[in-house]
Amino acid sequence: MRSAGILARQVRYENLSFWRNPPAAFFTIVFPLMFLVIFNLIFGDSTVELPGGTAGISTFYVPGIIALSVIGACYTNVAMGVAFSREQGLLKRTRGTPLPTWALLGGKVLHAVAIGVVLVVVVAAAGVLFYDVAVPTRTLPAFVLTLIIGSATFSALGLAVTAAVPNADAAPAIVNASILPLLFVSDVFIPLDDAPTWLTTFADIFPVRHFSLALQASFNPFERGAGLEPAHLGVMAVWMVASLLVATRFFRWESRR
Amino acid sequence: MDGAQVGGRADPAIVVRGLRKSYGDVEAVRGIDLNVPRGEIFAILGPNGAGKTTTVEILEGHLARSGGEVSVLGFDPGNHERSFRERIGIVLQSASVDPYLSVGETIELFRGYYPDPLPRETVLELVGLSAQRGTLVRRLSGGQQRRLDVAIGLAGDPELLFLDEPTTGFDPSARRGAWEMIRGLRSLGKTVVLTTHYMEEAEYLADRVAILVKGAIVAEGSVEELVRRGAHTTIHFRVEGPSPPGHLAAEPAGDGGAYVITTVEATAALHRLTGWALEEGVELQELTVAAPSLEDVFLSLAGSSGRNGGP
Repeated sequence: MRSAGILARQVRYENLSFWRNPPAAFFTIVFPLMFLVIFNLIFGDSTVELPGGTAGISTFYVPGIIALSVIGACYTNVAMGVAFSREQGLLKRTRGTPLPTWALLGGKVLHAVAIGVVLVVVVAAAGVLFYDVAVPTRTLPAFVLTLIIGSATFSALGLAVTAAVPNADAAPAIVNASILPLLFVSDVFIPLDDAPTWLTTFADIFPVRHFSLALQASFNPFERGAGLEPAHLGVMAVWMVASLLVATRFFRWESRR
Repeated sequence: MDGAQVGGRADPAIVVRGLRKSYGDVEAVRGIDLNVPRGEIFAILGPNGAGKTTTVEILEGHLARSGGEVSVLGFDPGNHERSFRERIGIVLQSASVDPYLSVGETIELFRGYYPDPLPRETVLELVGLSAQRGTLVRRLSGGQQRRLDVAIGLAGDPELLFLDEPTTGFDPSARRGAWEMIRGLRSLGKTVVLTTHYMEEAEYLADRVAILVKGAIVAEGSVEELVRRGAHTTIHFRVEGPSPPGHLAAEPAGDGGAYVITTVEATAALHRLTGWALEEGVELQELTVAAPSLEDVFLSLAGSSGRNGGP
């Protein structure tokens, strides 16, 4: 109970700080929406092959951009946030206080997840209102589970990648280069219907495609079951555990010069 | 480890024996001993790169040591125990806080980490930031940010406060202000360990000073002791006409009849000098008698060690 209180307090202060920078907060929230609008403008008339039938392209883009939202909020923001806090000595300063490490990092991660949830709601609402996409109802439990495992996996990855980030100057390059190419080959920005098999095989090594496909199942109008994708969730869980091990083993409190 | 059990107020705050720290082949700290009683303001004085920060970061628990015994408030800082961190305050050389929180919120955030923190208003008053409690951290001046650093260090009401170069980069008036603030901590009965490369800072603030040069302590004691031990009074004067005779041991200092006498027996030297001047009927112009300063001691020690220890 006391642990939950410590964590809640950290999240509260992270949140206080987040909203004190309105331009940053605004663009964080609008960023995925812009992708949703742009991709629908470009590919609006095309269709996508889903398990069970053919659907309009927005049925592909709503779960795709939901994946982007969670990855951006958790992976990118956690990695950048930790890299910058480390550079500024904030991590080292806090390490000298009685606050446990898990609470410091847990606070950052939980706040990132909360922002991710806001983005998911915004994107899903836009999908329903403007793109005629049905809200998952029967698949809602599977959708929520996928989001939980997805946020956990990409937050853990975000923490793990900071081990490879020597300092804040290198953070944007490393964090973006490690995720952007994957977004293109993982059914997030573009459907991989016509892609060569080796490319999808390659993409399947990483958690991004498993996440977007699992989300797709929740929005698939031809889905007759619960939309649960244990195989995809399993791969993500493996990445989560591996990332946590790397993060715990190689975490650094100070930037390298 | 003897002599440093938890709880006993009479035990020293810090006991260090034979502390060493190497980075690869480079020995940053080469076997130092320290003994800091409770309630003392203790300064580690040394030039840049002497190993000051390495030493305090080992005492704080931020760095692992390569060898030696360290006891801080009865704890081994290397174990990084929570109960240890509850009892110390650390002001790092450079560390920021969340720029989008206000001063008051920042203090509140850190106070919450400690079991028995100081009241927020007390902390703000101690560092002179009461008027800035609602100001966002990003809008503070450099000097105010440093005060906030100290405020965060004090938030948990620590028994022992580490200050790593508290005034580096300050202008003289801001430095004065910071010194008054640190002096004020003495009345709270806290033990303070500060590092500095400013002689005046150590002289003004510290009960005792350890001079650290190239990872070794070359002198330690109260400022008065150090000054008495090593240095000399200097007597400057100018005469027109006769040269001072040899027994006065006056060295020419520049042109135009300026001389300097360097002595450990100022009274006798001055007596001889003025006696001679009266006999000769000459006026000693621009006569000054300068007490030895810590700077003289520091420079002589740093210089000689540099010659011995240099490659």
